[in-house]
Amino acid sequence: MSGSAAWDSARAQEIIDAHLGLEGPAMPILHALQHEFGYVPEAAVPQLAASLNVSRAEMHGVVSFYHDFRREPAGRHVLKLCRAESCQSLGSEKLAKEFLERHKLDWHHTSPDGALTVEAVYCLGLCAHSPAALYDGEPIGCVDAGKLDEIVAEAKSQ
Amino acid sequence: MTKIFVSLDMAAKAMGADKVAAAFAKEAAARGLDVQIVRNGSRGLLWLEPLVEVETPEGRIGYGNVAAKDVPALIDAGLLQGGAHASRIGLVEEHPYWKRQNRITFKRCGITDPLCLADYEAHDGGKGLARAFSMSPAECVAEVTKSGLRGRGGAGFPTGIKWKTVADTPATQRYVVVNADEGDSGTFADRMIMEGDPFALIEGMTICGYAVGASKGYIYLRSEYPQTAQVFGKAIERARAAGWLGPKVRGSEFAFDVELRIGAGAYVCGEETSLLESLEGKRGIVRAKPPFPAIAGLFDKPTVVNNVLSIATIPMIFELGAQHYADCGVGRSRGTMPLQIAGNVKHGGLCEVDFGLTLGEIVNDIGGGTLTGRPVRAVQCGGPLGAYVPVKDFDLVFDYEAFAKRDALIGHGGLVVFDDTADMLQMARFGMEFCAIESCGKCTPCRIGSTRGVETIDKIKAGENVEANIALVEDLCNTMKLGSLCALGGFAPYPVLSALRHFPEDFRKKSMPAAAE
Repeated sequence: MSGSAAWDSARAQEIIDAHLGLEGPAMPILHALQHEFGYVPEAAVPQLAASLNVSRAEMHGVVSFYHDFRREPAGRHVLKLCRAESCQSLGSEKLAKEFLERHKLDWHHTSPDGALTVEAVYCLGLCAHSPAALYDGEPIGCVDAGKLDEIVAEAKSQ
Repeated sequence: MTKIFVSLDMAAKAMGADKVAAAFAKEAAARGLDVQIVRNGSRGLLWLEPLVEVETPEGRIGYGNVAAKDVPALIDAGLLQGGAHASRIGLVEEHPYWKRQNRITFKRCGITDPLCLADYEAHDGGKGLARAFSMSPAECVAEVTKSGLRGRGGAGFPTGIKWKTVADTPATQRYVVVNADEGDSGTFADRMIMEGDPFALIEGMTICGYAVGASKGYIYLRSEYPQTAQVFGKAIERARAAGWLGPKVRGSEFAFDVELRIGAGAYVCGEETSLLESLEGKRGIVRAKPPFPAIAGLFDKPTVVNNVLSIATIPMIFELGAQHYADCGVGRSRGTMPLQIAGNVKHGGLCEVDFGLTLGEIVNDIGGGTLTGRPVRAVQCGGPLGAYVPVKDFDLVFDYEAFAKRDALIGHGGLVVFDDTADMLQMARFGMEFCAIESCGKCTPCRIGSTRGVETIDKIKAGENVEANIALVEDLCNTMKLGSLCALGGFAPYPVLSALRHFPEDFRKKSMPAAAE
């Protein structure tokens, strides 16, 4: 689960500097920044670009290319629902559509109370237990409406 | 002391294995029982997870689909002695699903404690490396070539030839890169071996490094496998601490170390050149080939890029000898393939067999047909870029060339089963949609073609100029196949075209009544 520390440029620099010895350090740094702050803040982009001696545009290109790097904080909990073929073979699309409607949620949006962000994911490697999901990094197999409703209740309670 | 095995595999955890293990620990403590709970990899009988095994003098007895709340009753029923219970499946190694396999790559997976090096060595771990060290690097490359091993990522390129190219390219630095960006739906073999026998992958990388003259290896693992990263990260630390990695690997003069890198949710990074760009810290944009990575790969240095399964098989090839491996299989598909049977299937799991079974045997005999009990309609072989194969083609033999002849691909060995409720137009549309979401954007056929494909299939669905639009989709697929830079755009047409060819009725639902009038 990602952290939610407030943006701190000095702390960001420490994280960046700790990785500069790596070959091709950009991805590990971006993961580490997201781990610390819960997302990759806009202010981190020029700072990272300067440290890696690339242009700000190039760095923006990297951050925006990858689905995982958030540009704004997620909710307190993150539910990733698989939408790939194996899960589709056991009705994941219908399950997800009804779930989102039932709880007034939408793909890649956070509930108004900030409790839960729902994201689409394309395969979790749990294809013998489709439909599958990942809730705060914990895998869930054979997902059904009941399990999803439990997750929402749990997310809202904490 | 009695050993109880509860898998740490992500699929087992997804079905509650952690809670089951905790329940056993709690009950054992409360009852004062002398038990050791081993968190093994998964046996691959995934539909039985959480599978609990207990070691008895006769062998390991299994209990399938155990829930945490069942644990007290199971102990009451004499589980520790292998006692009778409704969930008892008998000796796991006598189970028909296990017994028909030829486990080479997955030899230890599910049997050993994946994070225990002593257990690894007790089950022949390290023998392959020891034999490799007794040979010259060039002999090692020749051994791999002789085994007939082909890239298990999907392309099926001969591994030995790739290694030879890297070894023969003059350079001050070479790299071994393992592609663990297992993005294809219906595949989980890379994940399972990295969680269930991680030292095999580390040993395979070390042999590869020795053979081609590389001192550094990277594993590029997808971020969708957070638990795999934890297990494999621990394995690297333990291997390093025990001298299996470092400046003097196992006391030799050979220096080798590895680093685990995590992707960030881009499917296209499973393409080798895009993966290398990502490792370098750039956008995961595909490179034009040539130059091939074997000549100019990571940081422009000669680089072996191999799939997890290819590399994890290497120690076994050295342990058993190349000929033993080459003696398995059919035609030019030598050795074994860890099949991953998934989707709407009764017995989903991993089953490692020699090449040469028919698709029907795999889906019906091993997989047991659909989970819903309805007739099978189609099987998607080889992930989102693989064809939908209809039941009438169940005589198809699992072999790279046989599949290619019928415009299908083996890919990474994943099979997703669909029953007769599947809407194949919808699946074709998804094929294009997925390509549009995941396209890196470098080449036009993939970037624009996939979006136009979605739009045109929507028109077909709406019954608009159906025949003309079907012809348009076919033409578009042809452009993507021939004009795309990499396999994403080049193979995205396969599911679409196969759906169109084998299930034409799904594309003509709206136009048919009109035509009949």
